[in-house]
Amino acid sequence: MKFTLKIWRQNDAKSKGKFVTYKIDNISSDSSFLEMLDQLNQRLINNDDSISVPGCPVHYDHDCREGICGMCGLYINGRPHGPDKGVTTCQLHMRKFKDGATIVIEPWRAKAFPLIRDLVVDRTALDTIIQAGGYISVKTGSAMEANSTPVPKHLAEKAMDAAACIGCGACVAACPNGSAMLFVGAKVAHMAYLPQGKPEAMRRVQSMVKVMDDCGFGNCSNAYACEYECPKEISVTHIAKMNRDFLQANLMSEKEIA
Amino acid sequence: MYSKFVDTSFCIEKPIILLNITKYILLTNKRVLPMANTLLKMSSLSRKVFMALAGTFLLVFLLVHLGINLFLLRNDGGEWFNLAAGFMSTNYLVKVFEIFLLAAFLIHILIGIILKLQNWRSRPKGYAVTGKTPTSFFSRYMIWTGLTILTALIIHFIDFYFVKMGLIEVPAGAADKHDFYAMAVMKFSDMTYVIVYYVWLLVLGLHLYHAFQSVFQTFGFNHNKYTPGLKRCAAVYAVVVTLGFMVIPTYFQFFFQS
Repeated sequence: MKFTLKIWRQNDAKSKGKFVTYKIDNISSDSSFLEMLDQLNQRLINNDDSISVPGCPVHYDHDCREGICGMCGLYINGRPHGPDKGVTTCQLHMRKFKDGATIVIEPWRAKAFPLIRDLVVDRTALDTIIQAGGYISVKTGSAMEANSTPVPKHLAEKAMDAAACIGCGACVAACPNGSAMLFVGAKVAHMAYLPQGKPEAMRRVQSMVKVMDDCGFGNCSNAYACEYECPKEISVTHIAKMNRDFLQANLMSEKEIA
Repeated sequence: MYSKFVDTSFCIEKPIILLNITKYILLTNKRVLPMANTLLKMSSLSRKVFMALAGTFLLVFLLVHLGINLFLLRNDGGEWFNLAAGFMSTNYLVKVFEIFLLAAFLIHILIGIILKLQNWRSRPKGYAVTGKTPTSFFSRYMIWTGLTILTALIIHFIDFYFVKMGLIEVPAGAADKHDFYAMAVMKFSDMTYVIVYYVWLLVLGLHLYHAFQSVFQTFGFNHNKYTPGLKRCAAVYAVVVTLGFMVIPTYFQFFFQS
């Protein structure tokens, strides 16, 4: 297959970026999007004759390449993780594009995700939110006997749905407001549904929301672009869960969390 | 308290009218800035709760307003309508609610503007390719439909509310500043006014459709059993309010015989 790639190239956060157009051919329809970029980079490194614009390889994030690590994330043709629904960039296949198509590749755009280079952005803000309370602060030791903490099936299912979040940041990238509500909603909900997470649920939602605000993410306007683009298809019902937990926490808590 | 602005002998000249309105705005402005500051410091989720609370109050108020306006359809020379309007402007309980109503408008508008400014700030550099994710059309344009409604509201205030306040001279043809029937009939006999009124109502309908369903999500009420039904309710509410208000000028344009 042949493609025309318009890729955002930017040397560092401070320099001015621009789109560079690369023509690439001889791509298997079974290769993944990242494998296609690997081939582009190999040709750039080899200074291959087929590459019209020589230069240094394109930087992009990737790790597990099986859709579970949340490292890859490209804004492809106006959509996070490209045109396929419910997959990450690494699991997007080139057969989803028409032969000869022009593909525009951009990094995630958000104030909270400063650009590092080319298509790589700094998603530390999401980790900062987790550090604010996205954990259970007791030593759990090794796995306990499973039946000692009864968890109803439907709650286990809900918690698992929320826990599917891989923290790739596609929700922020897709959101017209650059809001991280789906991410925080999922991270708040997957613990709040379970007995182990309940004792700290109120404090957790307050401090995570506070840090989310401080990181410079936008406000939710219920556009639900996040739900549509989430590679793990996490539902906005988890945002509602966070909203009501937050409301409850603010009404019931005795003292504000600093 | 507004009587000091009333000087009917000068009110015939337009600049005085503008001056009076400016004074009115400045008077409320003393409360606007501290309020905006408090809202700005609030957590993004708390702000949404206040937005939704104020919005809910406005949703209920619109139904009351529609109910009273429908009295215009009685061909009784405005007896019932003026009675209802008189009750709304003299009853002490309603006067208390009037303060709540103005506060609700103010809070709703202020938060709307704060939200939009923050949301713009949260993505300083936008995407080259946009609009590929199917998101709620209504959500994206809430600020614009909102500002259109605000413009309409200002004109509405000039036409009716400020007249009642005595800030603006009673138009010729109306018996006194409480003769809303005569004022309404005059407005609705003007074709240009009616067309503009239709457009405003359509915009209002779009705003209300997203508003109604958003309220529930913001309060954390998103449930697979009820949410689809609530979305239908939102559509019904938006259509009823829009068409309900549209019926009245249509009647005065085509069917009314004085």
